[in-house]
Amino acid sequence: MSDDQTPTDPTTDASQVRYDQARYVNDGQYEPLLSEKDQTNVDISGDNNDDGDGDSGSPLPDNLTRDELELPELSEPELARHYTRLSQMIYGIDSGPYPLGSCTMKYNPKFTEDVAALPSAAVHPDRSEESLQGTLELLYRLQDYLGRIGGMDAVTLQPPAGAAGEFVGIRVAAAYHEHNGEGHRDEVIIPESAHGTNFATAALGGYDVVSLPSDEDGRVDLEALEAALSENTAALMLTNPNTLGLFERDIEKIADMVHDVGGLLYYDGANLNALLGRARPGDMGFDVMHYNVHKTFATPHGGGGPGAGPVGVVDKLEPFLPAPRVREAAAETNSGEPTYELFDPDHTIGKVHGFQGNWLVLVKAFAYIARLGDAGLSDASAKAVLNANYLASQIEYDVPYGPFHHEFVASAGEQDAADVAKRMLDYGVHPPTTKWPEIVPEALMTEPTEIESKDTLDRLAAAFNAVAEENDELLEDAPERTTARRIDQTSAARNPRLSWHEIDES
Amino acid sequence: MNESDTHTTGSPYAPHTDDGRTAMLDAIGVDSVDELFDIPEDVRFTDEFGIDARSERETRRLVRSVLDRNADLTELLGRGHYGYYIPSLVDHLADRSEFLTSYTQYQPEVSQGFLQALFEYQSLLVELTGLEIANCSMYDAATALGEAATLAERVRSTSGHRVLVPDLLREGRRSTLENYVAGTDLTVESYSTDDGTVDVDALESTVDDDVVMVYAENPTVRGTIEEQLESIGEVADGADALFVLGSDPVALSLLQRPADVGADVVIGDASVLGLPTSYGMGLGLFACSEEFLRQVPGRLVGVSEDATDRRAFTLTLQTREQHIRRERATSNICTNQAWVALRTAMHAASLGPNGMVDLAKRGVTRAEELAKRLDDLVGVQAPVHDRHHIREFVAHVDQPAPAIAEDLEKRGFAVHVVGEHEIQVCVAGVPDDDLDDFVAAMTEVVR
Repeated sequence: MSDDQTPTDPTTDASQVRYDQARYVNDGQYEPLLSEKDQTNVDISGDNNDDGDGDSGSPLPDNLTRDELELPELSEPELARHYTRLSQMIYGIDSGPYPLGSCTMKYNPKFTEDVAALPSAAVHPDRSEESLQGTLELLYRLQDYLGRIGGMDAVTLQPPAGAAGEFVGIRVAAAYHEHNGEGHRDEVIIPESAHGTNFATAALGGYDVVSLPSDEDGRVDLEALEAALSENTAALMLTNPNTLGLFERDIEKIADMVHDVGGLLYYDGANLNALLGRARPGDMGFDVMHYNVHKTFATPHGGGGPGAGPVGVVDKLEPFLPAPRVREAAAETNSGEPTYELFDPDHTIGKVHGFQGNWLVLVKAFAYIARLGDAGLSDASAKAVLNANYLASQIEYDVPYGPFHHEFVASAGEQDAADVAKRMLDYGVHPPTTKWPEIVPEALMTEPTEIESKDTLDRLAAAFNAVAEENDELLEDAPERTTARRIDQTSAARNPRLSWHEIDES
Repeated sequence: MNESDTHTTGSPYAPHTDDGRTAMLDAIGVDSVDELFDIPEDVRFTDEFGIDARSERETRRLVRSVLDRNADLTELLGRGHYGYYIPSLVDHLADRSEFLTSYTQYQPEVSQGFLQALFEYQSLLVELTGLEIANCSMYDAATALGEAATLAERVRSTSGHRVLVPDLLREGRRSTLENYVAGTDLTVESYSTDDGTVDVDALESTVDDDVVMVYAENPTVRGTIEEQLESIGEVADGADALFVLGSDPVALSLLQRPADVGADVVIGDASVLGLPTSYGMGLGLFACSEEFLRQVPGRLVGVSEDATDRRAFTLTLQTREQHIRRERATSNICTNQAWVALRTAMHAASLGPNGMVDLAKRGVTRAEELAKRLDDLVGVQAPVHDRHHIREFVAHVDQPAPAIAEDLEKRGFAVHVVGEHEIQVCVAGVPDDDLDDFVAAMTEVVR
């Protein structure tokens, strides 16, 4: 820590903040693997089965069974301790601020876990529609909520993640063009600064990707767009606000340009939290969009998933949505309540998930939206934007592009952004997304979300500012207070060991 | 904190106080939050969604009252989605908020616990399949099947177009696969089955050099156990096509190990352990031979060392992934099913190898016993297929199957209707008492 730092207010003096993550060390190593705690080999074949369970052996002929199975056999107390220790070696939202740009790491309300765990939610998808009226009603109401929030005419809840939603959008666009005799359209235009999934999704859909540079203000370059658009354009995929947090002011013009050549405009919903209740993709001219409910609607990220990526479309695309969807049925119940049924859209692209997507996540999203209502949703966007702007005003790193909304991209300047992130861990905060978008050198893409208080933002700013003053050597040695010290990425990739079996052999 | 400092209204999860907000606006140099929004007037939304805010208690009541419209049925349902009993340990430990609320492990130094759990999940699948590589999750079996097809196209040295799947394949898996290959040159075709399992002669006659992948399932969607997996593998191998096998962790605990029958890729739904019936929500199992290491879709957790030379875990080989490789990535997957994989690993650990093998064995014996009891009823023949079964089987009913299912539902039981005179019944997760009641209900229904 630099000597010239003069501590003043304890809430803004990073040297007063210290965080040591749990670290179990056993025989010089961190918490052992389950396989190092026990390995029990079970012989499957009928003859030698003497595991004491009174079972006389395999009910199948030997040629239809495996020979053996070797896995850890541990007691419940041992497992409870194993997983509790593992959990303590993880930084989560409840541990502290988690300002990962583009990821929208909001607090996940506890009660949503309770409603998703209701026994009445544990249903099999092959039951009759009559016996699933609760599930169908919840899905119908969530479709309706999302349609209103995005300004879309119809919504499918089937895509199990944002990238799966993008894929639905691309497949729907393809089916729409095909239906109109324009199957020749083979290009999807994507801004350079877009999420990596956009490029990968368009490629998976069989499209050529046309990459679009930003203008000097960080927005879509209209001239470049004009040049990119053609009779071969199937769609333009856009995030708004974009990954720099900037609103695409020319969005109506962009929509007209895309529509004029017969293309569709796709909205990547990753940044929808900035706009809740203030602007809707449907009103801006977007034809199709996905919602990241694990971002905007606060369902937990679960260490990488599950999420859900519902897709909304305007009327003309509705016939192409995945099957089945939910609608209100003609019949009412005896007590006059509406009933619901599944149906296949006329020109459906079919399915993108074996069943109906991540149901339990959808239950949590429904509960979150129902809890917040109009007032809470528009307040969320207001405070998300307030927090990003306040945090940016308190940090010493340069923020080259603005006016930004729910997130900003600072530049670590002469420092290595990845090292800055590692060092921030030592101040008890999670660092921002780093080195992306590439338009900002050594990018620190920061999205505090609405859930942080001014005090927390002050501590977060103090962490940024403390690291900004530190030398490269200190940064390269960081982190030191986390469970593991800096991990060697190169050796992991050069000598891949992807299971405990590989460790035994090494 | 100032006593007059009150919480602002709006989101219950935004901790701002009036004084704090004012101080923040001052620091930014604006008078109101509205000034921070750079949205052209023409596209501003000035209306309301018409969604009322509710207290937590009211919201819980709302969700409960909606879901209460689901009938309380004993589900004898399977066909790819199962309702095994989930130990309490899984719920309580997986719900620890560090697991639940953390993000993808892009900062491995603060995420060792999750990475280790995912590494243990991968190891579980490696043990079950005998293949060297398992990723740390896809969305579900159907999407994993789609990813297997695109992998088959990428790794094939010569061009080829045909993906062969059994005619029994569940429609949801087939349709998802069709979407995954829609942007490629691949086409999906069915091959015949005979009495519920692969007709190897028919398969052999349709396979040619244009085939890039042969897909089979063990058990099949009708609960039958394949007896000629090695032959299927040889047919695929003879055409230089990938042999992709669909299964799940319970079945794999007992049935032939995929590596031993020549499988190149194993896909399936791993959430048969870890999740109760969840309206089809799943966990895509994806394992493959190490020769496809650089072509695997999805995230991989590997071993490395940290600066103190202690073993540590990290996401690895990320140059395959969309956030780095963009349009040349092996898949577009980003958000996956990591937390479900954690639950699956916990459930498997809770059972242990003895418990897993036992669960699978009971799936065989209980299905067999129930089939025998149904077969004793006049108007029912079970099982339809003269094969070994696990967990589920198809039964012939003399009366129309939809009517039988409807009558059973009135008595509190759900079964599949899979043909005009065929129902399918699954014992997974159904207690013995409920099976007795089901047999009693069947006795009345078929009378």
